[in-house]
Amino acid sequence: MNWLRRVSSEPLWKEEFSVHTADERYVTRRQLTKFLVLTSFGMFVGNIWILVRSVFYKTPSYPQQPVARLGEIPVGGVKLFTYPTKQDPCIMVRTDENEYVSYSQKCTHLSCAVHYSQASNRLECPCHQGFFSVKDGAVLQGPPSRPLPRIVLETRGEQVIATDVKV
Amino acid sequence: MALIAVLLIVQIWLLSAALESFLAGHRRTALPAAVFSGFMFLICLGLYLFVDRMDSEVRRSGSER
Repeated sequence: MNWLRRVSSEPLWKEEFSVHTADERYVTRRQLTKFLVLTSFGMFVGNIWILVRSVFYKTPSYPQQPVARLGEIPVGGVKLFTYPTKQDPCIMVRTDENEYVSYSQKCTHLSCAVHYSQASNRLECPCHQGFFSVKDGAVLQGPPSRPLPRIVLETRGEQVIATDVKV
Repeated sequence: MALIAVLLIVQIWLLSAALESFLAGHRRTALPAAVFSGFMFLICLGLYLFVDRMDSEVRRSGSER
């Protein structure tokens, strides 16, 4: 950052670490200001990174994977599975006789595992009391700002098949 | 310095909002967020250069006395 520094007759160490007590507050304030500007540059770089990720984002294709058999879980029951990879835990709830819904089990706040509360008919995160609608995964209460990613399910014969993830 | 700090707080908020938006699948917000963030960085840099120059002049005039 030499181009930012003015040419000074004082040696650098004297300018940065003044031995004069009266000058000390100037040096400290200037150093802090420089740090703030560098942090501001960091924030800008972060936004550029998000922009680059957005521009070059490719919609991923998800595999079709059988996750349960019809009637395997009772109405109000739950089944856990992983989709699309082994590192992505999901939760499936049978909300009605012929209705299954499934969401990512990672809370969108801090990735704690959500669980289904049959009494209140919602998905609950025990870490910070974030609640999600079981109908569409929308946030009902708490710190999460995004809904749970929904796993698209299809019924083929006796199988319930996961086909897509909707963020 | 207070102005720079205020701008920085806005930039931090902007970055977190842009990240939340990106993770929620809204990708069109990234460009205006980046432009606005760059604009605020330029203001911060301008303020820093202004303060640095003024500071150096004050110190130089103080040492000449």
